[in-house]
Amino acid sequence: MSLLNLKNLTMRFGGLTAVDAVTETIEPLLLMGLIGPNGAGKTTVFNMITGVYLPTEGQISFDGQNLVGQKPHEIAGTGIARTFQNIRLFPSLSVFDNVRVGFNNALSIGILGSILQPRSFWRGEKEIAEKIDHLLEMFGLLDQRNELAKNLSYGDQRRVEIVRAMATDPKLLLLDEPAAGMNPTEKQKLMSLIRYLRDEFQIAILLIEHDMHVVMGICERITVLDHGAKIASGTPEEVKNNPEVVKAYLGHSE
Amino acid sequence: MSRKHRSYLYLLIGFAAIIGLSFPFEAGLNSYDMRIVINVGISMILAASLNLINGFTGQFSLGHAGFMAIGAYTASALTTMVFGTTEGTTQELLFLVVLIAGGVSAAIAGLLIGIPSLRLKGDYLAIVTLGFGEIIRVVLQNIEPLGGSLGISGIPRYTTFIWTFGILAVLIFVTENLMRSTYGRGFLATRDDEIAAESVGVNTTKYKVTAFVVGAFFAGIAGGLYGHYNSLIRPLDFGFLKSVEIVVMVILGGMGSTWGVLLAAALLTYLPEALREVELFGIKFRDFRMTIYALSLILLMIFRPQGLLGDFNAEEFIRKIRGKPKKPATTET
Ligand SMILES: Nc1ncnc2c1ncn2[C@@H]1O[C@H](COP(=O)(O)OP(=O)(O)OP(=O)(O)O)[C@@H](O)[C@H]1O
Ligand SMILES: [Mg+2]
Repeated sequence: MSLLNLKNLTMRFGGLTAVDAVTETIEPLLLMGLIGPNGAGKTTVFNMITGVYLPTEGQISFDGQNLVGQKPHEIAGTGIARTFQNIRLFPSLSVFDNVRVGFNNALSIGILGSILQPRSFWRGEKEIAEKIDHLLEMFGLLDQRNELAKNLSYGDQRRVEIVRAMATDPKLLLLDEPAAGMNPTEKQKLMSLIRYLRDEFQIAILLIEHDMHVVMGICERITVLDHGAKIASGTPEEVKNNPEVVKAYLGHSE
Repeated sequence: MSRKHRSYLYLLIGFAAIIGLSFPFEAGLNSYDMRIVINVGISMILAASLNLINGFTGQFSLGHAGFMAIGAYTASALTTMVFGTTEGTTQELLFLVVLIAGGVSAAIAGLLIGIPSLRLKGDYLAIVTLGFGEIIRVVLQNIEPLGGSLGISGIPRYTTFIWTFGILAVLIFVTENLMRSTYGRGFLATRDDEIAAESVGVNTTKYKVTAFVVGAFFAGIAGGLYGHYNSLIRPLDFGFLKSVEIVVMVILGGMGSTWGVLLAAALLTYLPEALREVELFGIKFRDFRMTIYALSLILLMIFRPQGLLGDFNAEEFIRKIRGKPKKPATTET
């Protein structure tokens, strides 16, 4: 059974059709790329999946459940986590606390437990702290643990966002341009990290990325959007040689 | 002392200090000065409870005096119309009961107004809560059994130094512990970025409503304390200006810094009393108090936008004084 099903997904902003009847499926454990020229509608697809936008038309089902109309936090609860194209960390919180917010639902102890803080409260906090440190270490962020998120470098902020998303224990991870603003070394590391995440945590990853080296290097399947419509889908080789795709990118030559 | 019990230890020390201080205060202060001290304590409760909503959770509420009014009227009406004046242990117990009843009524009001209005953003929420406060005041003015615009008088004076500051200590305990839990993180995440918070499963509405309800609860209790100190409560005591005054304390203290907000509440309650008769250009201070508030807010925004104490962290400060290195805040147990 496929993990995520998009059917005829459409988003209109006034007269502009940002996403035009996109149908797509994502299988569990797949590493999939979503590419297309600027303004193609990629981020809008993410925003509809995660409930930030309500689709104008179409269906989204995840793990057999309908997602359309659910609130973003409910959708997160079903096992979808994401990062944002223009990083959205909690700037006034430390790196550690940014990630810890991702564990909020796993740690629910109720308001009385939070005020009175019995032994079980501290046990829960301690377990989570160990998990967070483990994740931070995995991403090489342990040294920045107590740093405020807003003081980190761009690349580090991007990685903290991924760690925070992983804290929710997702089945599907949506990454919106994770390599943006990274240098070639960082990009190389990011690629192996993304592969490692999929293998280690047994999740599916849907990745928006403009850097073709990154996309072609790690994605097993790629879907291409242009002007909101899906114009191609297949293996990296197939997509690379698809004349429609070549045309779309040349037409938008930058 | 392990971290686990530290908050309880602080609470006990707080209680002991309050009881210890109550003797010299009760004996040494004349009733005028005592009134100022009690008013400072009540202001601190109001400001610290609003800080949960405005400071930590970032929801701009302008209706805190409305919650205070509900608590004041509930508690005072219960005492004067149901229980009557009592003495000794019965009095202390009944006082606790009416204070909590006042807090609970205010909390229920907070829930009722919070659920629909907390979906609104920024200015809209401010307008709705402002409207709420005004509606409460107007409604109270028109309920004859509650005295209409004359209010309730002859409320026995149960509020003492110990009650006021004891409740403040409980509020600080509740706030500090909440802020160290998933609730506190939920509040701060909601304040920092709602979309990001929702994306990791944080139910921002739940946290906003919770902050609102807890804040309203303590504002209601503050109202009960106020009524049982002043002996007289009138709808006018809980007008828009009162709400503004509390908001100013929170902003001046540095949105979200508990200690800063307490300091600001103390200053803004004490200074107007101390400067009451001071004249400037032939105008009495009490007549241009609001102008001073506005001016100090503007100056603060320019020179210290993070508030008086801003990012001040009491625990860290103490650690620094004691010369201990900064430890990672959370892994030690
Ligand atoms: N909230 C909105 N209101 C109006 N128009 C929007 C909104 N969000 C996106 N759009 C428009 O929808 C189109 C698709 O935008 P989207 O952000 O999805 O593109 P994208 O493929 O992610 O592009 P990029 O690679 O530049 O990030 C654009 O024309 C954009 O201006
Ligand atoms: Mg985009």
